[in-house]
Amino acid sequence: MSIDIDTARKVAHLARIRVAEEDLPKLADQLSGILTFMEQLNEVDVTGIEPMTSVTPMRLKRREDVVTDGGYAEQILKNAPDAREGFFAVPKVVE
Amino acid sequence: MSLNKLTIAGARDALRKGEVTSVEITEACIAAIDGADALNAYAHKTPELALEQAKAADARIRAGDAPAMCGIPLGVKDVFCVKGVPSQAASNILAGFRPEYESTVTQNLWNAGAVMLGKLGMDEFAMGSTTESSCYGAVVNPWKVDDALRSPGGSSGGSAAAVAADLCLAATGTDTGGSIRQPAGFTGTVGIKPTYGRVSRWGVIAYASSLDQAGPMTKSVRDAAIMLEAMASVDPKDSTSAEIPVPDYEAMLTGDIRGKKIGIPREYRVDGMSDELAKFWDEGARMLKDAGAEIVDISLPHTKYALPAYYVIAPAEASSNLARYDGVRYGHRAHLSAGDGIVEMYEKTRAEGFGPEVQRRIMIGTYVLSAGYYDAYYNRARKVRTLIKRDFEQAFAAGVDAILAPTSPTSALALGQLADASPVEMYLNDVFTVTLNLAGLPGVAVPVGLDSKGLPMGLQLIGRPWGEGELLNEALVLERAAGFTHKPAQWW
Repeated sequence: MSIDIDTARKVAHLARIRVAEEDLPKLADQLSGILTFMEQLNEVDVTGIEPMTSVTPMRLKRREDVVTDGGYAEQILKNAPDAREGFFAVPKVVE
Repeated sequence: MSLNKLTIAGARDALRKGEVTSVEITEACIAAIDGADALNAYAHKTPELALEQAKAADARIRAGDAPAMCGIPLGVKDVFCVKGVPSQAASNILAGFRPEYESTVTQNLWNAGAVMLGKLGMDEFAMGSTTESSCYGAVVNPWKVDDALRSPGGSSGGSAAAVAADLCLAATGTDTGGSIRQPAGFTGTVGIKPTYGRVSRWGVIAYASSLDQAGPMTKSVRDAAIMLEAMASVDPKDSTSAEIPVPDYEAMLTGDIRGKKIGIPREYRVDGMSDELAKFWDEGARMLKDAGAEIVDISLPHTKYALPAYYVIAPAEASSNLARYDGVRYGHRAHLSAGDGIVEMYEKTRAEGFGPEVQRRIMIGTYVLSAGYYDAYYNRARKVRTLIKRDFEQAFAAGVDAILAPTSPTSALALGQLADASPVEMYLNDVFTVTLNLAGLPGVAVPVGLDSKGLPMGLQLIGRPWGEGELLNEALVLERAAGFTHKPAQWW
């Protein structure tokens, strides 16, 4: 599978990483190289094999659906690049 | 002997006898750190915090309440959140981030009385094998045998360099695809990656959650046993933390491995393996045999597919985990131009904050999870992962107690040696280590000798799930038989 420049541009956008137009050919080339390497997996017969969901045979822990934590908005906001009046602040969102 | 050169076990015994104080050991470490800026092992030094903790530890020891780690000065990989101390996984995207909370691992260590010397350099978000991919700059291996500066390996390269150069008594590391064992091998130190679920991941900045596991990096196998016991716990904050009590690992170090069956996996004898590495591997097997173990040839037929499976699964999980770095809640936010909306904020912030390798892995992960490719790549890789785990299960079911293998294809590389390599060529470094992350198994790297260049070579032992105690005992036998006592000559 080789990735063309349009696909590289699309992947970068999906990943929300800005990539300059002149850097796209190199990125497409590198991603293609990695995907070619991954294609070895096609040699393996995986018929009837379950995809692994948990490496140790354990059920994820469950608990009562109740509030067990919280009440410290100030600490949550402390590392925010822009926080105002108890909220995270972001540029205006217009959809 | 300078006090910073002590092992954990040596320091513990001397502290309990009152022959030395934690403040004295801590001061020796701080002096060693200040004299080792050329190695760039420490990204953030915390000497005031260290001395405060050391004083408290001394008081505790005097009061007769001294767990094994009490008063032991440690370095902490930058991937662990430590309250109030910069914790940014060597990434610019977390510039300025000071956690308001503490990781479970570091909390366990502070509860046991350990002392924090500072945060150690690493590959950004633990993605790398050389510690060159870091916002703090490359860490330098204290092992220097010619004009070249060498890499300590990665991603826990700062931890490995700090332990090898006696800039701490031991350090924490994390291992997603070999990031504890490979740097331990490159620096003549010991490192264990525990069974997945043994050590809490809470407060450890995530790379690939189904593979990440923290462990100790130490100067001896005994120290690894002592420190692992302190790091490990059953943690309600980590939903994958196993409900299995933590045993007394040190008490399991009997040095007796008679009758144990050690498997030598034939698929690890890869094309192009150097004669030198093959010789170390054979020697290691002979040492275990001389100690009374039975050496058996085994097959792990899907070994070849571990690396491509890893490089699908790990980036897929990373793309999901690292979606949280969006310039909203913490860390870096790009300067925006007039008219920029929220998408521009995300895209500019992430382009500025993430380094090139992290960006590549996020994008590969995004691709393999995207509509139309999910089954072809991600699901297929997860099926292959099932088969890789099954290989190990079949070996253990046939009576194998542990598996002996190399840790990496070469000894430490020069800094910049992989600068022109393709990403895939870089990934080949992890060929011997990723398998057991995929299978969730414990593995320990032990130094066994110096190669013809004079650089350390390590071997790894791979154990059964939850069998860290037995595994460390086998590692102890290898350590004793190899008698590796070399230290890097101080040039820094």
